[in-house]
Amino acid sequence: MSVPASSTAGLFTETPFIRKKRRTERLAQCLFGAMALAMVIPLLLILGYLVFKAAPLLSWDFLTTNPTNGMRKGGIWSALLGTVYLVVISLCISAPIGVLAAVYLNEYAKDNWFTRIVNLSVVNLAGVPSIVHALFGLGAFVLFARLDRSILAASLTLAIMTMPVIIASTKEALASVPVSFREACWNVGATRWQTIKAIVLPNSISGILTGVILQVSRTAGETAPIMFTGAVFYRNIPEGNVFAYGIKDQCMALSMHLYTVTTQVTNAPEALPYAIAVTLLGTVLLVNATAIVFRVWLRNRKKW
Amino acid sequence: MTTDTLTPSSAAAGVDYGITTRDLNLWYAKFQALKGITVNIQKGIITSLIGPSGCGKTTLLRCFNRVNERYGYVTTKGEIKLLGKNIYDEDVSLIELRKSVGMVFQRPNPLPLSVYENVVFGLRIHDDKGLKKSDRDDAVEKALTEVGLWNDLKDRLDEKAITLQLEQQQKLCIARLLPLKPEIILMDEPCSALDVSGTRAIEELMFALKGRYTIVIVTHNMAQARRSSDECIFMLMGELVEHSRTTDLFITPKNRKTAEYIEGRYG
Repeated sequence: MSVPASSTAGLFTETPFIRKKRRTERLAQCLFGAMALAMVIPLLLILGYLVFKAAPLLSWDFLTTNPTNGMRKGGIWSALLGTVYLVVISLCISAPIGVLAAVYLNEYAKDNWFTRIVNLSVVNLAGVPSIVHALFGLGAFVLFARLDRSILAASLTLAIMTMPVIIASTKEALASVPVSFREACWNVGATRWQTIKAIVLPNSISGILTGVILQVSRTAGETAPIMFTGAVFYRNIPEGNVFAYGIKDQCMALSMHLYTVTTQVTNAPEALPYAIAVTLLGTVLLVNATAIVFRVWLRNRKKW
Repeated sequence: MTTDTLTPSSAAAGVDYGITTRDLNLWYAKFQALKGITVNIQKGIITSLIGPSGCGKTTLLRCFNRVNERYGYVTTKGEIKLLGKNIYDEDVSLIELRKSVGMVFQRPNPLPLSVYENVVFGLRIHDDKGLKKSDRDDAVEKALTEVGLWNDLKDRLDEKAITLQLEQQQKLCIARLLPLKPEIILMDEPCSALDVSGTRAIEELMFALKGRYTIVIVTHNMAQARRSSDECIFMLMGELVEHSRTTDLFITPKNRKTAEYIEGRYG
Protein backbone atom coordinates (compact mmCIF):
# COMPACT_ATOMS: atom_id res chain seq x y z
CA MET A 1 0.00 0.00 0.00
CA SER A 2 2.96 2.33 0.36
CA VAL A 3 2.94 5.18 -2.13
CA PRO A 4 6.12 5.64 -4.11
CA ALA A 5 8.24 8.43 -2.67
CA SER A 6 8.40 10.23 -5.97
CA SER A 7 4.65 10.82 -6.05
CA THR A 8 4.55 12.60 -2.67
CA ALA A 9 7.65 14.67 -3.32
CA GLY A 10 5.80 17.75 -4.54
CA LEU A 11 2.84 17.41 -2.19
CA PHE A 12 2.02 20.40 0.03
CA THR A 13 5.25 22.22 -0.88
CA GLU A 14 5.55 25.88 -1.64
CA THR A 15 5.09 27.08 -5.17
CA PRO A 16 6.51 30.40 -6.38
CA PHE A 17 2.98 31.79 -6.36
CA ILE A 18 2.56 30.90 -2.68
CA ARG A 19 5.94 32.43 -1.91
CA LYS A 20 4.83 35.66 -3.53
CA LYS A 21 1.61 35.65 -1.53
CA ARG A 22 3.58 35.15 1.66
CA ARG A 23 5.84 38.06 0.86
CA THR A 24 2.87 40.31 0.22
CA GLU A 25 1.34 39.13 3.46
CA ARG A 26 4.46 40.02 5.44
CA LEU A 27 4.70 43.38 3.69
CA ALA A 28 1.09 44.20 4.54
CA GLN A 29 1.60 43.25 8.16
CA CYS A 30 4.71 45.42 8.45
CA LEU A 31 3.01 48.36 6.80
CA PHE A 32 -0.05 48.25 9.03
CA GLY A 33 2.11 47.71 12.09
CA ALA A 34 4.22 50.71 11.20
CA MET A 35 1.13 52.88 10.85
CA ALA A 36 -0.07 51.72 14.25
CA LEU A 37 3.34 52.53 15.71
CA ALA A 38 3.15 55.95 14.08
CA MET A 39 0.35 56.76 16.51
CA VAL A 40 2.65 56.27 19.46
CA ILE A 41 5.55 58.31 18.20
CA PRO A 42 3.81 61.71 18.04
CA LEU A 43 2.40 61.23 21.51
CA LEU A 44 5.80 60.44 22.97
CA LEU A 45 7.43 63.26 21.05
CA ILE A 46 4.82 65.78 22.16
CA LEU A 47 5.02 64.70 25.76
CA GLY A 48 8.79 64.56 25.78
CA TYR A 49 9.18 67.91 24.07
CA LEU A 50 6.69 69.62 26.36
CA VAL A 51 8.11 68.21 29.56
CA PHE A 52 11.67 69.00 28.48
CA LYS A 53 10.81 72.59 27.64
CA ALA A 54 8.67 73.04 30.73
CA ALA A 55 11.11 71.52 33.17
CA PRO A 56 12.62 74.74 34.58
CA LEU A 57 9.21 75.97 35.75
CA LEU A 58 7.46 72.83 36.89
CA SER A 59 7.02 72.74 40.64
CA TRP A 60 4.29 72.51 43.22
CA ASP A 61 4.46 76.28 43.70
CA PHE A 62 3.80 76.78 40.01
CA LEU A 63 0.46 75.03 40.43
CA THR A 64 -0.57 76.76 43.63
CA THR A 65 0.32 80.40 43.11
CA ASN A 66 -1.44 83.04 41.05
CA PRO A 67 0.24 84.53 38.02
CA THR A 68 2.06 87.77 38.87
CA ASN A 69 3.97 90.49 37.15
CA GLY A 70 1.74 90.62 34.05
CA MET A 71 1.72 86.80 33.96
CA ARG A 72 5.43 86.65 33.48
CA LYS A 73 6.07 85.34 36.95
CA GLY A 74 4.25 83.24 39.51
CA GLY A 75 2.13 80.20 38.81
CA ILE A 76 -1.18 79.27 37.27
CA TRP A 77 -3.37 78.61 40.30
CA SER A 78 -6.31 80.75 39.22
CA ALA A 79 -6.29 79.23 35.73
CA LEU A 80 -6.03 75.68 37.01
CA LEU A 81 -8.87 76.16 39.46
CA GLY A 82 -10.95 77.90 36.81
CA THR A 83 -10.58 74.94 34.46
CA VAL A 84 -11.58 72.57 37.23
CA TYR A 85 -14.69 74.65 37.92
CA LEU A 86 -15.68 74.80 34.26
CA VAL A 87 -15.19 71.07 33.74
CA VAL A 88 -16.99 69.99 36.89
CA ILE A 89 -19.95 72.33 36.50
CA SER A 90 -20.43 71.72 32.81
CA LEU A 91 -20.32 67.94 33.28
CA CYS A 92 -22.75 68.21 36.19
CA ILE A 93 -25.15 69.81 33.73
CA SER A 94 -24.49 67.78 30.59
CA ALA A 95 -23.99 64.31 32.07
CA PRO A 96 -27.42 63.87 33.73
CA ILE A 97 -29.31 65.40 30.83
CA GLY A 98 -27.28 63.51 28.25
CA VAL A 99 -27.50 60.16 30.01
CA LEU A 100 -31.23 60.42 30.67
CA ALA A 101 -31.91 61.53 27.11
CA ALA A 102 -29.91 58.58 25.83
CA VAL A 103 -31.85 56.21 28.07
CA TYR A 104 -35.06 57.59 26.61
CA LEU A 105 -33.81 57.27 23.05
CA ASN A 106 -32.47 53.77 23.50
CA GLU A 107 -35.05 52.24 25.81
CA TYR A 108 -38.35 54.05 25.38
CA ALA A 109 -38.45 55.81 22.04
CA LYS A 110 -40.32 54.18 19.21
CA ASP A 111 -38.97 54.71 15.73
CA ASN A 112 -41.14 57.65 14.70
CA TRP A 113 -40.64 61.16 13.38
CA PHE A 114 -40.01 62.61 16.83
CA THR A 115 -37.23 60.15 17.59
CA ARG A 116 -35.73 60.70 14.19
CA ILE A 117 -35.71 64.46 14.72
CA VAL A 118 -34.05 64.05 18.11
CA ASN A 119 -31.42 61.71 16.72
CA LEU A 120 -30.75 64.01 13.81
CA SER A 121 -30.38 66.95 16.18
CA VAL A 122 -27.93 65.03 18.32
CA VAL A 123 -25.76 64.19 15.34
CA ASN A 124 -25.89 67.75 14.02
CA LEU A 125 -25.25 69.31 17.39
CA ALA A 126 -22.18 67.12 17.77
CA GLY A 127 -20.91 68.43 14.47
CA VAL A 128 -21.27 72.12 15.27
CA PRO A 129 -17.84 73.81 15.54
CA SER A 130 -17.00 75.03 19.02
CA ILE A 131 -16.75 78.67 17.98
CA VAL A 132 -20.40 78.52 16.95
CA HIS A 133 -21.27 77.13 20.36
CA ALA A 134 -19.37 80.11 21.75
CA LEU A 135 -21.49 82.58 19.83
CA PHE A 136 -24.65 80.77 20.83
CA GLY A 137 -23.54 80.80 24.48
CA LEU A 138 -22.82 84.50 24.24
CA GLY A 139 -26.24 85.20 22.79
CA ALA A 140 -28.30 82.80 24.83
CA PHE A 141 -26.68 82.66 28.25
CA VAL A 142 -24.60 85.83 28.58
CA LEU A 143 -26.98 88.30 26.95
CA PHE A 144 -30.47 86.80 26.77
CA ALA A 145 -30.48 84.94 30.08
CA ARG A 146 -28.52 87.79 31.67
CA LEU A 147 -25.97 85.51 33.26
CA ASP A 148 -23.28 87.92 32.12
CA ARG A 149 -19.87 86.57 31.46
CA SER A 150 -19.58 84.06 34.25
CA ILE A 151 -18.50 80.55 35.15
CA LEU A 152 -22.13 79.51 34.88
CA ALA A 153 -22.58 80.87 31.37
CA ALA A 154 -19.30 79.31 30.22
CA SER A 155 -20.19 75.97 31.81
CA LEU A 156 -23.60 75.97 30.16
CA THR A 157 -21.98 76.64 26.82
CA LEU A 158 -19.52 73.80 27.35
CA ALA A 159 -22.39 71.56 28.47
CA ILE A 160 -24.30 72.20 25.26
CA MET A 161 -21.14 71.28 23.41
CA THR A 162 -20.50 67.99 25.21
CA MET A 163 -24.09 66.80 25.58
CA PRO A 164 -24.54 65.27 22.12
CA VAL A 165 -21.35 63.28 22.47
CA ILE A 166 -22.43 62.02 25.87
CA ILE A 167 -25.79 61.03 24.39
CA ALA A 168 -24.07 59.13 21.61
CA SER A 169 -21.63 57.29 23.86
CA THR A 170 -24.35 56.46 26.40
CA LYS A 171 -26.62 55.11 23.69
CA GLU A 172 -23.81 52.88 22.57
CA ALA A 173 -23.19 51.65 26.09
CA LEU A 174 -26.90 50.90 26.56
CA ALA A 175 -27.14 49.13 23.23
CA SER A 176 -24.32 46.82 24.25
CA VAL A 177 -26.49 45.28 26.97
CA PRO A 178 -27.82 42.07 25.40
CA VAL A 179 -31.45 42.13 24.31
CA SER A 180 -31.92 38.74 25.96
CA PHE A 181 -31.66 40.40 29.37
CA ARG A 182 -34.43 42.77 28.44
CA GLU A 183 -36.53 39.94 27.05
CA ALA A 184 -36.12 38.07 30.29
CA CYS A 185 -37.42 41.09 32.17
CA TRP A 186 -40.38 41.80 29.89
CA ASN A 187 -41.51 38.24 30.09
CA VAL A 188 -41.91 38.31 33.84
CA GLY A 189 -43.88 41.53 33.50
CA ALA A 190 -41.22 44.08 34.38
CA THR A 191 -41.95 47.64 33.29
CA ARG A 192 -39.39 49.42 31.18
CA TRP A 193 -38.21 51.45 34.14
CA GLN A 194 -37.80 48.33 36.28
CA THR A 195 -35.81 46.73 33.47
CA ILE A 196 -33.62 49.80 33.14
CA LYS A 197 -33.06 50.16 36.85
CA ALA A 198 -32.42 46.53 37.68
CA ILE A 199 -30.58 45.31 34.61
CA VAL A 200 -29.76 47.82 31.89
CA LEU A 201 -28.10 50.59 33.91
CA PRO A 202 -26.04 48.39 36.24
CA ASN A 203 -24.66 46.58 33.20
CA SER A 204 -23.86 49.63 31.14
CA ILE A 205 -22.67 52.02 33.83
CA SER A 206 -18.99 51.47 33.08
CA GLY A 207 -19.46 52.35 29.43
CA ILE A 208 -21.60 55.35 30.31
CA LEU A 209 -19.06 56.69 32.78
CA THR A 210 -16.22 56.19 30.33
CA GLY A 211 -18.07 58.24 27.75
CA VAL A 212 -18.76 60.99 30.25
CA ILE A 213 -15.23 61.12 31.62
CA LEU A 214 -13.70 61.26 28.16
CA GLN A 215 -15.56 64.52 27.70
CA VAL A 216 -13.42 66.00 30.46
CA SER A 217 -10.51 66.38 28.09
CA ARG A 218 -12.64 68.11 25.52
CA THR A 219 -14.13 70.46 28.06
CA ALA A 220 -10.76 71.29 29.55
CA GLY A 221 -9.12 71.88 26.20
CA GLU A 222 -11.63 74.09 24.42
CA THR A 223 -10.85 77.78 24.35
CA ALA A 224 -13.38 79.17 21.93
CA PRO A 225 -16.61 78.45 23.85
CA ILE A 226 -15.35 80.06 27.03
CA MET A 227 -13.51 83.11 25.78
CA PHE A 228 -16.76 85.00 25.06
CA THR A 229 -18.77 83.53 27.87
CA GLY A 230 -16.77 83.58 31.06
CA ALA A 231 -13.03 83.19 30.80
CA VAL A 232 -10.89 86.23 31.38
CA PHE A 233 -7.38 87.35 30.64
CA TYR A 234 -6.34 87.73 34.24
CA ARG A 235 -7.85 87.24 37.65
CA ASN A 236 -6.38 87.09 41.09
CA ILE A 237 -7.95 84.70 43.60
CA PRO A 238 -6.99 83.60 47.12
CA GLU A 239 -4.34 80.94 46.84
CA GLY A 240 -4.96 77.52 48.37
CA ASN A 241 -8.72 78.00 48.63
CA VAL A 242 -10.51 75.62 46.29
CA PHE A 243 -13.78 77.54 46.73
CA ALA A 244 -12.22 80.77 45.62
CA TYR A 245 -14.51 81.20 42.61
CA GLY A 246 -18.22 81.90 42.80
CA ILE A 247 -20.57 80.62 40.14
CA LYS A 248 -21.29 84.15 38.86
CA ASP A 249 -17.61 85.11 38.79
CA GLN A 250 -15.48 85.24 35.76
CA CYS A 251 -12.51 82.93 35.83
CA MET A 252 -9.24 82.11 34.20
CA ALA A 253 -8.81 78.81 32.43
CA LEU A 254 -5.75 76.84 31.40
CA SER A 255 -6.59 76.68 27.71
CA MET A 256 -7.29 80.40 27.55
CA HIS A 257 -4.25 81.18 29.66
CA LEU A 258 -2.04 79.21 27.31
CA TYR A 259 -3.43 81.21 24.41
CA THR A 260 -2.90 84.58 26.08
CA VAL A 261 0.58 83.76 27.31
CA THR A 262 1.74 82.67 23.89
CA THR A 263 0.13 85.45 21.88
CA GLN A 264 -0.54 88.47 24.08
CA VAL A 265 2.21 88.59 26.68
CA THR A 266 5.60 89.84 25.64
CA ASN A 267 8.75 88.71 27.36
CA ALA A 268 7.12 85.76 29.09
CA PRO A 269 9.66 83.14 30.14
CA GLU A 270 10.11 80.61 27.38
CA ALA A 271 9.16 77.71 29.60
CA LEU A 272 5.85 79.22 30.73
CA PRO A 273 3.57 78.16 27.85
CA TYR A 274 5.08 74.71 27.95
CA ALA A 275 4.51 74.43 31.65
CA ILE A 276 0.87 75.44 31.20
CA ALA A 277 0.48 72.90 28.42
CA VAL A 278 2.02 70.17 30.58
CA THR A 279 -0.37 71.02 33.40
CA LEU A 280 -3.36 70.92 31.08
CA LEU A 281 -2.23 67.66 29.54
CA GLY A 282 -1.35 66.19 32.93
CA THR A 283 -4.76 67.02 34.35
CA VAL A 284 -6.54 65.47 31.39
CA LEU A 285 -4.35 62.37 31.34
CA LEU A 286 -4.85 61.96 35.07
CA VAL A 287 -8.62 62.06 34.65
CA ASN A 288 -8.48 59.66 31.69
CA ALA A 289 -6.25 57.25 33.58
CA THR A 290 -8.68 57.32 36.47
CA ALA A 291 -11.46 56.58 34.01
CA ILE A 292 -9.60 53.59 32.62
CA VAL A 293 -8.84 52.16 36.05
CA PHE A 294 -12.46 52.69 37.05
CA ARG A 295 -13.72 51.03 33.91
CA VAL A 296 -11.48 48.02 34.40
CA TRP A 297 -12.67 47.76 37.96
CA LEU A 298 -16.33 47.89 36.91
CA ARG A 299 -15.82 45.47 34.07
CA ASN A 300 -14.19 42.92 36.32
CA ARG A 301 -17.28 42.93 38.46
CA LYS A 302 -19.65 42.11 35.64
CA LYS A 303 -19.83 38.69 34.14
CA TRP A 304 -21.95 37.51 31.26
CA MET B 1 -60.97 24.67 6.88
CA THR B 2 -63.45 24.68 9.70
CA THR B 3 -62.62 24.72 13.32
CA ASP B 4 -63.55 21.07 13.66
CA THR B 5 -60.75 19.82 11.50
CA LEU B 6 -58.29 21.91 13.43
CA THR B 7 -59.33 20.69 16.82
CA PRO B 8 -58.17 17.33 18.04
CA SER B 9 -60.96 14.83 18.49
CA SER B 10 -60.14 14.51 22.16
CA ALA B 11 -60.95 18.14 22.65
CA ALA B 12 -64.67 17.62 22.64
CA ALA B 13 -67.19 19.92 24.25
CA GLY B 14 -66.60 20.63 27.89
CA VAL B 15 -62.83 20.61 27.60
CA ASP B 16 -61.09 23.48 29.34
CA TYR B 17 -59.04 25.56 26.97
CA GLY B 18 -55.98 27.44 28.09
CA ILE B 19 -55.51 29.41 24.90
CA THR B 20 -57.95 29.98 22.06
CA THR B 21 -57.46 32.18 19.03
CA ARG B 22 -60.00 33.15 16.35
CA ASP B 23 -58.81 34.24 12.93
CA LEU B 24 -55.52 35.63 14.18
CA ASN B 25 -53.54 37.61 11.62
CA LEU B 26 -50.22 39.31 12.26
CA TRP B 27 -48.03 41.55 10.16
CA TYR B 28 -44.43 42.66 10.67
CA ALA B 29 -44.69 45.97 8.83
CA LYS B 30 -46.04 44.66 5.50
CA PHE B 31 -45.00 41.05 5.85
CA GLN B 32 -47.84 38.83 6.98
CA ALA B 33 -46.41 36.33 9.44
CA LEU B 34 -49.63 34.74 10.67
CA LYS B 35 -52.63 34.03 8.46
CA GLY B 36 -55.99 33.30 9.96
CA ILE B 37 -54.86 31.17 12.87
CA THR B 38 -57.75 29.59 14.75
CA VAL B 39 -56.67 27.22 17.43
CA ASN B 40 -57.81 25.81 20.75
CA ILE B 41 -55.07 24.78 23.12
CA GLN B 42 -56.15 22.60 25.96
CA LYS B 43 -55.39 23.54 29.51
CA GLY B 44 -52.83 21.64 31.55
CA ILE B 45 -51.22 19.70 28.71
CA ILE B 46 -48.10 20.12 26.63
CA THR B 47 -48.77 21.36 23.11
CA SER B 48 -45.93 21.54 20.62
CA LEU B 49 -45.67 23.87 17.66
CA ILE B 50 -43.70 22.44 14.75
CA GLY B 51 -42.93 23.58 11.25
CA PRO B 52 -40.01 24.75 9.13
CA SER B 53 -38.10 27.95 9.93
CA GLY B 54 -40.05 31.10 9.27
CA CYS B 55 -43.44 29.41 9.47
CA GLY B 56 -44.58 31.64 12.32
CA LYS B 57 -44.22 29.30 15.30
CA THR B 58 -42.30 31.76 17.43
CA THR B 59 -44.48 34.64 16.29
CA LEU B 60 -47.60 32.76 17.35
CA LEU B 61 -46.01 31.92 20.68
CA ARG B 62 -45.13 35.55 21.29
CA CYS B 63 -48.73 36.55 20.62
CA PHE B 64 -49.86 34.73 23.70
CA ASN B 65 -48.30 37.23 26.08
CA ARG B 66 -48.39 40.11 23.60
CA VAL B 67 -44.64 40.46 23.81
CA ASN B 68 -44.57 40.77 20.01
CA GLU B 69 -45.56 44.36 20.54
CA ARG B 70 -42.10 45.04 21.96
CA TYR B 71 -40.41 44.04 18.71
CA GLY B 72 -41.00 46.95 16.35
CA TYR B 73 -43.85 47.33 13.91
CA VAL B 74 -46.36 44.63 14.56
CA THR B 75 -50.03 44.70 13.66
CA THR B 76 -52.25 42.03 15.12
CA LYS B 77 -55.84 41.34 14.10
CA GLY B 78 -58.11 38.69 15.48
CA GLU B 79 -58.97 37.36 18.88
CA ILE B 80 -56.80 35.69 21.49
CA LYS B 81 -58.37 34.38 24.64
CA LEU B 82 -56.39 33.08 27.56
CA LEU B 83 -58.47 31.13 30.10
CA GLY B 84 -61.53 32.61 28.41
CA LYS B 85 -60.37 36.21 28.75
CA ASN B 86 -59.69 38.22 25.64
CA ILE B 87 -56.16 39.58 26.11
CA TYR B 88 -56.91 42.54 23.86
CA ASP B 89 -59.65 43.75 26.20
CA GLU B 90 -59.30 47.30 27.44
CA ASP B 91 -58.85 46.27 31.05
CA VAL B 92 -55.99 43.85 30.40
CA SER B 93 -52.74 44.96 31.97
CA LEU B 94 -49.76 43.78 29.97
CA ILE B 95 -47.77 43.50 33.16
CA GLU B 96 -50.30 41.18 34.78
CA LEU B 97 -50.64 39.26 31.52
CA ARG B 98 -46.92 38.65 31.21
CA LYS B 99 -46.74 37.75 34.86
CA SER B 100 -49.23 34.94 34.24
CA VAL B 101 -47.77 33.89 30.92
CA GLY B 102 -44.09 33.15 31.35
CA MET B 103 -41.67 32.57 28.53
CA VAL B 104 -38.55 30.44 28.21
CA PHE B 105 -36.12 31.18 25.41
CA GLN B 106 -33.92 29.34 23.00
CA ARG B 107 -30.72 30.39 24.68
CA PRO B 108 -30.95 30.35 28.45
CA ASN B 109 -31.09 33.99 29.45
CA PRO B 110 -30.46 34.21 33.15
CA LEU B 111 -30.15 37.79 34.30
CA PRO B 112 -26.66 38.97 35.25
CA LEU B 113 -27.48 38.52 38.91
CA SER B 114 -27.03 35.79 41.48
CA VAL B 115 -29.01 32.56 41.35
CA TYR B 116 -31.10 33.75 44.26
CA GLU B 117 -31.83 37.14 42.73
CA ASN B 118 -32.79 35.53 39.44
CA VAL B 119 -35.47 33.47 41.11
CA VAL B 120 -36.87 36.34 43.17
CA PHE B 121 -36.56 38.87 40.34
CA GLY B 122 -40.21 38.50 39.40
CA LEU B 123 -41.31 38.68 43.01
CA ARG B 124 -39.31 41.83 43.60
CA ILE B 125 -40.71 43.70 40.62
CA HIS B 126 -44.27 42.76 41.49
CA ASP B 127 -43.85 43.27 45.21
CA ASP B 128 -45.98 46.07 46.56
CA LYS B 129 -46.40 44.77 50.08
CA GLY B 130 -42.76 44.48 51.07
CA LEU B 131 -42.17 40.75 51.17
CA LYS B 132 -40.14 39.51 54.08
CA LYS B 133 -36.80 37.88 53.46
CA SER B 134 -38.16 34.59 54.78
CA ASP B 135 -40.93 34.71 52.15
CA ARG B 136 -38.38 35.20 49.44
CA ASP B 137 -36.19 32.41 50.80
CA ASP B 138 -39.19 30.10 50.77
CA ALA B 139 -40.05 31.07 47.21
CA VAL B 140 -36.50 30.36 46.08
CA GLU B 141 -36.42 26.97 47.76
CA LYS B 142 -39.83 26.05 46.37
CA ALA B 143 -39.09 27.13 42.82
CA LEU B 144 -35.65 25.54 42.71
CA THR B 145 -37.01 22.32 44.20
CA GLU B 146 -39.72 22.26 41.57
CA VAL B 147 -37.21 22.44 38.74
CA GLY B 148 -34.82 20.02 40.45
CA LEU B 149 -32.01 22.47 41.11
CA TRP B 150 -32.31 22.89 44.86
CA ASN B 151 -29.97 20.09 45.87
CA ASP B 152 -27.30 21.21 43.44
CA LEU B 153 -27.52 24.89 44.09
CA LYS B 154 -28.68 25.38 47.66
CA ASP B 155 -25.14 26.25 48.77
CA ARG B 156 -24.39 28.31 45.68
CA LEU B 157 -27.31 30.73 45.72
CA ASP B 158 -24.99 33.74 45.71
CA GLU B 159 -23.08 32.65 42.65
CA LYS B 160 -23.58 34.44 39.37
CA ALA B 161 -26.28 32.63 37.42
CA ILE B 162 -24.23 33.12 34.29
CA THR B 163 -21.56 30.74 35.58
CA LEU B 164 -23.93 27.76 35.80
CA GLN B 165 -24.02 25.00 33.19
CA LEU B 166 -26.39 25.69 30.31
CA GLU B 167 -28.84 23.06 31.46
CA GLN B 168 -28.91 24.54 34.95
CA GLN B 169 -29.31 28.01 33.46
CA GLN B 170 -32.32 26.88 31.45
CA LYS B 171 -33.88 25.27 34.51
CA LEU B 172 -33.21 28.46 36.40
CA CYS B 173 -35.00 30.42 33.70
CA ILE B 174 -38.01 28.18 34.24
CA ALA B 175 -37.67 28.50 38.01
CA ARG B 176 -37.67 32.27 37.59
CA LEU B 177 -41.23 32.10 36.28
CA LEU B 178 -42.66 29.89 38.99
CA PRO B 179 -42.82 32.27 41.99
CA LEU B 180 -45.21 34.41 39.95
CA LYS B 181 -47.60 31.45 39.77
CA PRO B 182 -48.07 31.54 36.01
CA GLU B 183 -50.99 29.85 34.28
CA ILE B 184 -49.20 29.29 31.01
CA ILE B 185 -45.55 28.65 30.20
CA LEU B 186 -44.39 29.36 26.66
CA MET B 187 -41.17 27.72 25.57
CA ASP B 188 -39.33 28.81 22.45
CA GLU B 189 -37.05 25.94 21.46
CA PRO B 190 -35.92 25.56 25.07
CA CYS B 191 -33.53 22.70 24.36
CA SER B 192 -31.81 23.82 21.18
CA ALA B 193 -28.75 25.04 23.07
CA LEU B 194 -28.56 21.95 25.28
CA ASP B 195 -26.93 18.56 24.88
CA VAL B 196 -28.74 15.23 25.08
CA SER B 197 -28.78 14.98 28.85
CA GLY B 198 -29.77 18.62 29.21
CA THR B 199 -32.60 18.10 26.75
CA ARG B 200 -33.79 15.06 28.66
CA ALA B 201 -33.66 17.00 31.92
CA ILE B 202 -35.77 19.82 30.52
CA GLU B 203 -38.27 17.40 28.99
CA GLU B 204 -38.62 15.56 32.30
CA LEU B 205 -39.14 18.90 33.95
CA MET B 206 -41.88 19.70 31.45
CA PHE B 207 -43.62 16.45 32.32
CA ALA B 208 -43.36 17.28 36.01
CA LEU B 209 -44.83 20.74 35.46
CA LYS B 210 -47.67 19.76 33.16
CA GLY B 211 -51.09 19.61 34.72
CA ARG B 212 -50.44 22.63 36.89
CA TYR B 213 -49.31 24.73 33.97
CA THR B 214 -50.40 24.85 30.36
CA ILE B 215 -47.22 24.44 28.36
CA VAL B 216 -46.75 25.46 24.74
CA ILE B 217 -43.40 24.56 23.24
CA VAL B 218 -41.96 25.59 19.90
CA THR B 219 -39.51 23.06 18.58
CA HIS B 220 -37.48 22.34 15.49
CA ASN B 221 -36.89 18.86 16.67
CA MET B 222 -39.70 16.58 15.53
CA ALA B 223 -38.50 13.76 17.69
CA GLN B 224 -38.82 16.05 20.67
CA ALA B 225 -42.33 17.07 19.71
CA ARG B 226 -43.21 13.43 19.39
CA ARG B 227 -41.71 12.38 22.73
CA SER B 228 -42.75 15.24 24.86
CA SER B 229 -46.06 16.72 23.75
CA ASP B 230 -49.66 15.64 24.11
CA GLU B 231 -50.92 17.63 21.20
CA CYS B 232 -49.10 18.93 18.21
CA ILE B 233 -49.69 21.85 15.85
CA PHE B 234 -48.07 21.91 12.43
CA MET B 235 -47.62 25.30 10.82
CA LEU B 236 -46.47 26.28 7.36
CA MET B 237 -45.98 29.75 5.84
CA GLY B 238 -47.92 31.46 8.60
CA GLU B 239 -50.86 29.09 8.40
CA LEU B 240 -51.99 26.40 10.75
CA VAL B 241 -52.05 23.20 8.75
CA GLU B 242 -52.92 20.58 11.29
CA HIS B 243 -53.62 20.28 14.98
CA SER B 244 -54.25 16.95 16.59
CA ARG B 245 -53.05 14.57 19.26
CA THR B 246 -49.34 14.10 18.82
CA THR B 247 -49.62 10.37 18.23
CA ASP B 248 -52.28 10.92 15.58
CA LEU B 249 -50.35 13.66 13.86
CA PHE B 250 -47.22 11.59 13.58
CA ILE B 251 -48.86 8.29 12.69
CA THR B 252 -51.84 9.31 10.60
CA PRO B 253 -51.39 12.90 9.48
CA LYS B 254 -54.49 14.18 7.74
CA ASN B 255 -52.77 16.71 5.54
CA ARG B 256 -50.32 15.79 2.82
CA LYS B 257 -48.01 18.70 3.72
CA THR B 258 -47.85 17.49 7.30
CA ALA B 259 -47.02 14.01 6.15
CA GLU B 260 -44.24 15.25 3.91
CA TYR B 261 -42.80 17.43 6.64
CA ILE B 262 -42.70 14.75 9.28
CA GLU B 263 -41.14 12.40 6.76
CA GLY B 264 -38.42 14.98 6.35
CA ARG B 265 -39.06 15.80 2.70
CA TYR B 266 -38.52 19.51 3.43
CA GLY B 267 -37.91 21.81 6.38
